[in-house]
Amino acid sequence: MLTRKKFFFLITGYVLFSVATLIIAPFFGSESLSWRNVLDAVILHHASVDADIFILHRLPRVLLAFLVGGSLALAGGSLQVVLKNPLAEPFILGIAGSGALGAVIAISVPGLYIHAGPFSSVQLFSMTGCIICIVIIYRLAANTIGISMNTILLAGVTINILCGASILLVRYLVSPHLLVSMDRWMMGGVDIIGYREILSIFPLLLPGLVLLFMQGNSLNQLAFGKEMAAGHGVNITRVQKQVFLGTGLSTAAAISMAGPIGFVGLIIPHAVRRLTGVDHRVVLPASFCLGGSFLTLSDLVARTVVSPTEMPVGIITAIVGGPVFLKILLKKNRHV
Amino acid sequence: MNHKQISIQKVTYSYAGNGWQLYPASFSLKPGEIAGIIGPNGSGKSTLLRIAAGIIRPSTGKVIVAGKDMADMSRREIAASVGFLPQDTGGYLDYLVEEAVAMGRFPHLKGAGFLCPHDISVVERCLIETDTEAYRGRSINQLSGGERQRVMLASVLAQEPDLLLLDEPTSALDIHHQVKIFTLISELVQTGIGAAVVTHDLNMASLFSDRLLLMKQGKIICRGRPEEILNKDILHESYGEGIEIMQHPKNGRPMIFPASVSNRNRDRVYLSPC
Repeated sequence: MLTRKKFFFLITGYVLFSVATLIIAPFFGSESLSWRNVLDAVILHHASVDADIFILHRLPRVLLAFLVGGSLALAGGSLQVVLKNPLAEPFILGIAGSGALGAVIAISVPGLYIHAGPFSSVQLFSMTGCIICIVIIYRLAANTIGISMNTILLAGVTINILCGASILLVRYLVSPHLLVSMDRWMMGGVDIIGYREILSIFPLLLPGLVLLFMQGNSLNQLAFGKEMAAGHGVNITRVQKQVFLGTGLSTAAAISMAGPIGFVGLIIPHAVRRLTGVDHRVVLPASFCLGGSFLTLSDLVARTVVSPTEMPVGIITAIVGGPVFLKILLKKNRHV
Repeated sequence: MNHKQISIQKVTYSYAGNGWQLYPASFSLKPGEIAGIIGPNGSGKSTLLRIAAGIIRPSTGKVIVAGKDMADMSRREIAASVGFLPQDTGGYLDYLVEEAVAMGRFPHLKGAGFLCPHDISVVERCLIETDTEAYRGRSINQLSGGERQRVMLASVLAQEPDLLLLDEPTSALDIHHQVKIFTLISELVQTGIGAAVVTHDLNMASLFSDRLLLMKQGKIICRGRPEEILNKDILHESYGEGIEIMQHPKNGRPMIFPASVSNRNRDRVYLSPC
């Protein structure tokens, strides 16, 4: 049974790992930074190029990777229980497709490529696509007795297919030199400079995260079926709606800024369950920490392995994450 | 009215896109009794029980729990008074037995839902009552059907409900485990809670129920003590022909069995093994 003491012990472990990742990752890249120079600049306010790179370039990028990875893993962990489907991940809702379509449209019209406050046009269009998708799916799935998760699943798959076809159409029609930008966006990435972009995702990210973090205890109950959970006192309709909205908002925030980065939302929650058990009061915050750390480290690999150039982080998440997940599976199976 | 009583008052229900409906049905359940709900497939037993548990809302009529209209109660309030064990309790993840039982404390917990010493003592008591403490550290998905059903019952008991609503708690169990589950329900009822049990096993219903509700095609067609309900005329009307009734040799309760055997088996000669 999960006691308060055990909960804090486990979460402290995950948080310490995350903090260590967040502190160490910015020091490495195409140029390694000096610890001393950065600390001197932060504490003693000595001017330093290393500190400028650390604070203005690397740290925001690392923070964005952490938030995006954490959000996707948290959303995936919640959806897998509500849909009772171990293959569920945030992109199953169709949000990846609609977000990508928005971004592709913004890139395809050169005049649209602008910045408005902290938002770029690509991000705004992607976000708009995501929100339209959330509204459509919600309207389709909501019924008199709640919300149909099967409809969500089917509508999400259908919207992803429709958006995929629309993206192909846009790609067919646009000038070929724009295809590179589109492909680069579709591969996912967290290469930002400054903190403005991070702030721009908060209006969607924060409510999404709050809605999801509240569900740990209810998700435990839902794992035994809707009727058993309702019998124990869970308001099923409310939980389903909150998980859908939380997943939709946090995924929209992540995709609109970083593009469709796969694998994190699928494997991290499973990895956490294998490592520290299936209680979702631990699984949700732990998935956020581990997902954030995983994407941060993947980005670290992406910007160092082929230095001085960079690889898209989406490729790294799959190449690194796959074998790690298989190793966890094998290790656990040996103990069973 | 007993403040721990549940009273179902003229409830109706219909499924969208389906002609079937539950006609106005009323019954009450109070602590200290077992009410068996019996009837052929599709008669509305589970629907009635799910309405009583607040899982589905009746189209008309109302359910009163502990003197309050269920429509005005939160799910947690309902769960603190009424424990419901559905037919399907399929576990999606590998929870431990003690974790599954502890989940029954949900209606009494707030915030992150950590258990206080009182909650832990309730969980321990439920594990002991249901004879499941021996495998408390095992995964719920590694248990046999009978063990699993006892664990799920323990989880419902951990709610500390005044009334238990059990939907076919012994389906898919062998006769030994069926008797164990019904004996456990009888013992629980002696401690002061009430139980309504939907079952297809008329013999278990006869042996363990204080009174029976017989349903057919969405209506409660008969109610009374087992000796009054389980007679040939009434059972033929609801289940059709082909039922014979005898008396249990020890307590005289009616026992039901098929009237005919197939011709293929009638003259079979059983050989003892070599």
